[in-house]
Amino acid sequence: MSLDKLKQIITDVLKDVDVVIGYKQGFDALHATPCFVTKPEQVDEIIWSPLCVQNLAGYLTSLKKKVGIVVKGCDSRTIVQYMQEGLIDRNKVVVIGIPCTGILSVKKVLEKVKHEPVEEVTFGNDGTVIVKTPSGDTKMALSEVAPDKCETCLYPTPVVYDHLADEPIASTKDPQNVFKDVEEFNKKSLEEKKKYWEKEFDRCIRCYACRNACPMCVCQDSCIAETRDPHWISQRSNLTEKMMFHMIHALHLAGRCVECGECERVCPMGIPVNKLKKKINSDMKALFGYEPGVKPEDKPPMLTFSVEEKNIEEHKL
Amino acid sequence: MSEVDPKELRIVGFLCNWCSYGGADTAGVSRFKQPTDLRIIRVPCSGRVDPLFIIKALINGADGVLVSGCHPRDCHYSDGNFYARRRLEMLKRLLPFLGIDDKRFHYTWISASEGQRWQKTVTDFTSQIHRLGPLHSGKEAQP
Repeated sequence: MSLDKLKQIITDVLKDVDVVIGYKQGFDALHATPCFVTKPEQVDEIIWSPLCVQNLAGYLTSLKKKVGIVVKGCDSRTIVQYMQEGLIDRNKVVVIGIPCTGILSVKKVLEKVKHEPVEEVTFGNDGTVIVKTPSGDTKMALSEVAPDKCETCLYPTPVVYDHLADEPIASTKDPQNVFKDVEEFNKKSLEEKKKYWEKEFDRCIRCYACRNACPMCVCQDSCIAETRDPHWISQRSNLTEKMMFHMIHALHLAGRCVECGECERVCPMGIPVNKLKKKINSDMKALFGYEPGVKPEDKPPMLTFSVEEKNIEEHKL
Repeated sequence: MSEVDPKELRIVGFLCNWCSYGGADTAGVSRFKQPTDLRIIRVPCSGRVDPLFIIKALINGADGVLVSGCHPRDCHYSDGNFYARRRLEMLKRLLPFLGIDDKRFHYTWISASEGQRWQKTVTDFTSQIHRLGPLHSGKEAQP
């Protein structure tokens, strides 16, 4: 995708909005960081590459101004979900969509280069990336360092946009495979699954980064993980409380999670936080045929009901 | 929770004030014999039951959780149990993913006149939990 076209769109959009949110180079070659463009001369800072991993749409609910926003396909689902829940005024948001060919996971790249300081990152046209560190160049395929969400991405082109920075791309992924990993995991024995979660959640340091990064966690200061009234969880650092925190996070996102993967990306302990939400999403699909963040006119299944539920049968003892 | 007979398990029941709580009362007034493992928490409506109540109970020491409300279309608040049905079904499917047997959680609909049905539900559910045994083995779960 041509960066010049993106910059041109941003320059045009900036005329009618207060701020455009895009990406700029971060503190080193491997990191991009959000960029808030308010003046035309800042447009030159804008970058676009598979390093632009953040979901910028998360800023929308807290900004009262008129905003232009750069989104990838996955991020655009956040905007659709906001529209479904009435959390943003669509007239105040100008969506600049980027058809995305896949991003990379900074964690996976750092693992490959053994956490050495990264001096330069160059992308080849053949889907490879060359990472330069003091001990030499490492060449890797973009697909080996892609985050898990890219492997099953069905929406590389944004589902909602006002301007599109390039030609739309169709997904090459099979919709049948989206929930394969959770189905596979669910086949394990109860004991195995329990052990797995105990091990994973025990590492949690309760930094709440997953909640803070989550675009759908919109309770802000009223999050029941921190309120004293009601006092859902204590400050104790034990497995029960950690588990309870993750349950609050997962269940409050039931049928709302757009699987942008921000929770997993920011987790300093590498806990697969997104897995629970993905499982709930697979049930939402099976029970209500609902997929979060795809059609603006849909209603999240937990916020509505039907008198006769087609797929829910009464349970017998 | 207080000290209990070691043979007894801890089952928490969330009952809607208008139907199931009345049903349990009917069963009591009619002197139907019921197991004593269940502790009832009266809620205004099954729609008041947050799935987190059930998770919290299960990970903090309960061996089973029962939720009961008015029959669909009979809700005192007209649609509370419809919302509850969706949420509880979602939870029921999530529990095995976490490694908790979904037989430890049951939701059903019982009206105020169905004392007999209440007795049967409690008896069957309690024996189901007894077959599964305690969820938290050994050390006391933390309060």
